Amino acid sequence: MKYAFFLGCTVPVRNLNYELSSRWVARSLGIELVDLEDFQCCGFPLKSLDYKDSLTIAARNLALAEREGLSVCTLCSACGGSLSEANHLLRHDKALRDEVNQRLLPLGLNYDGRVEVKHFIRILYEDVGLEAIKNLIRRPLSEFTFAPHYGCHYFKPAEAAGGLDSVEDPRTLSELIELTGARVLHHETMLNCCGGSVLGIKEDLANTLAAQKLGEVNRLKGNGLVLICPFCNVMFEGQQKKIEKKLDQKLKVPVLYYPQLLGLALGADPDALGFKLNRVKDKDFIKQFAKEE
Amino acid sequence: MNRLDLKKCDPRFKDRVARELGGEHIKKCFSCGVCSARCPIEKIEPDYNPRRIIRMILLGMEEEVLKQEYLWHCSTCYTCQESCPQQVNFTEVIFALRNMAVRKGLAPAGMGAAQKLLMQQGRMYEVGDFENEKRTELGLPKIKSDAESYKTILEDGSSS
Repeated sequence: MKYAFFLGCTVPVRNLNYELSSRWVARSLGIELVDLEDFQCCGFPLKSLDYKDSLTIAARNLALAEREGLSVCTLCSACGGSLSEANHLLRHDKALRDEVNQRLLPLGLNYDGRVEVKHFIRILYEDVGLEAIKNLIRRPLSEFTFAPHYGCHYFKPAEAAGGLDSVEDPRTLSELIELTGARVLHHETMLNCCGGSVLGIKEDLANTLAAQKLGEVNRLKGNGLVLICPFCNVMFEGQQKKIEKKLDQKLKVPVLYYPQLLGLALGADPDALGFKLNRVKDKDFIKQFAKEE
Repeated sequence: MNRLDLKKCDPRFKDRVARELGGEHIKKCFSCGVCSARCPIEKIEPDYNPRRIIRMILLGMEEEVLKQEYLWHCSTCYTCQESCPQQVNFTEVIFALRNMAVRKGLAPAGMGAAQKLLMQQGRMYEVGDFENEKRTELGLPKIKSDAESYKTILEDGSSS
């Protein structure tokens, strides 16, 4: 299992806990993540402005991975969506592929469609597999309950995501949470969008969307909301204080990334998983996992 | 809403939408309204109404559609797209409409910021010494920020 590690824009600057914990989990499960220094933005931010620009930028990143002969592993669901979608479209549309390749020519790059794009969570689920991970669990989290947040671009549009999970009844993240020994908090707003992509244009609308889920998870008293995308984190962790103000209610919903949760169950020290960088957290929960010095 | 003056509508608008990447299936809509029924944005903000936007496209109300700020309020959650029995791919239609609005200069101010950032630094967030020092402290590899390749792509190619 060897992948080109696509960090995107947000993770390596603002979500180092996600990166740290993913690298830790990858190492302990034998997934080799190769850093390609020329990877940059995935192209998603340009899709609303000029779809072809966005595809060309996605194809540039894919071409870099092809040159190394490596499939791509993403942490951000928007990056994963953007790259998979470009891969899907360009593989099936020769005219579009030629047009994009024409634009990549000055960079000495060519896109052929020879590599796959997989979200880190999908690699855990499909490549490593539940059984193999289960055998490595050293500290089952059986006393705790976590709410999965799938986000949207992780598994939709289904056509580009290659049927990774059911769009109406997704299971992958829930099964991965159960694997750690924790219970899954089933909640009515589970499939809700975080609202992240409207934050820049209408903050109150984005906050209203995120508030629905935070309010419900708070009411049901889970131990936290489990994320797999930094965009969703911007809403549920970054905006949580503002949402509390808007609702005039304390929420304090701990937000963590799935690899952090899995890392704890695999026996990692919380520091190695970047828990110090989580802004809304349950300190007593994390303390239980700290290694004695 | 004002009375609709069909003489001011352009019936070819739907064909132009259908020629856009992502807009190909717009004419398949049979108005069942499942897109609107399940849209999380419409529940909060009824002005944003996918079924109505589709009818407006099919009637040819080009400017009325493209100049609305609510086009930019879709959160791109793909719920409408995955529920549609006709595979209209409405989330992709929204992207197509936004592209058309940008080309006509009808997009809200500030929408071009992403393109500028990518041409300046290849990334949405700046990566400088501060960021890389923090990464090094945590044992993470340095990352680089290169404007050249995106400048080449975006200056040469825009906008086909």
